[in-house]
Amino acid sequence: MFCEESVNVPGGFDGTRTVVVMTQQTTSRNVTIVNPQGLHARPADLFVKLANQFESAIEVIKNGERVDGKSILSVLTLAAEQGTELTIEATGHDAAVAIDALTGLVDNGFVADEAVEDQGTNPQ
Amino acid sequence: MKFADFVSPDAIKAGLGADTKDGVIEEMVTALVDANQIAGTETESILKAIKKREELGSTGIGRGVAVPHTKHPSVDRLVATVGVSEEGVDFDSLDGEKVQLFFLLVSPPDRPSDHLRALENISRQLRDEAFCRFLKQSKTVAEVKQLLEEADNNQFVS
Repeated sequence: MFCEESVNVPGGFDGTRTVVVMTQQTTSRNVTIVNPQGLHARPADLFVKLANQFESAIEVIKNGERVDGKSILSVLTLAAEQGTELTIEATGHDAAVAIDALTGLVDNGFVADEAVEDQGTNPQ
Repeated sequence: MKFADFVSPDAIKAGLGADTKDGVIEEMVTALVDANQIAGTETESILKAIKKREELGSTGIGRGVAVPHTKHPSVDRLVATVGVSEEGVDFDSLDGEKVQLFFLLVSPPDRPSDHLRALENISRQLRDEAFCRFLKQSKTVAEVKQLLEEADNNQFVS
């Protein structure tokens, strides 16, 4: 479970946890879902695939609910519509790069994907 | 959103006969037509759209679960059905596993939030191992209905 207990306590309130915290680098950034369809199955798939390219643990937080950013089942439980604010948090040696990549994907509205999908599923 | 809000009970299929990806999609869309949830005249158009969506990337999201879906202008509210395959079907899943549980969704193009809430409910419930296992073991429509009802009553997820 990626030492979840430990890395979620950056302040190190518990002495036994501090050891782990000090070897980890946690970075987080807020993003807003901009694409009209929200974080549906295809964007969630893209997000999770990208997240899995990093060694850092990735978590996504919505209104205090924290889920594993490397699991599509977990990411889908967020039901993040357009306009929803999320926090992406990465913990590990490549945390900074991971955050740049993942926030970039969200900020761009999963753009390549949405264009293709709309063509495919809107028989006009 | 609960299963009862979007799953059409009359279209639920236990013991899916199809053993291919396209076959399962056709069997479930036919079940929705037979249950008067979608118009028979739209069958081909809906099938084509769902299959096209699968070409972008499988909706087999792991754990033996797939959520084939499309937006379609012929429906004015989200309609869905559930199918269970005893043997499992190769669905090009993200984790490579065969799929036993199918949630097929057809939603109006202008209602993305309903679609998201349905996905939320499905994924939240299926993260529960017991629910997932029991649903895969269901052999009759009555068993599937009962499990969906229990899930709606929060008997699996707190």
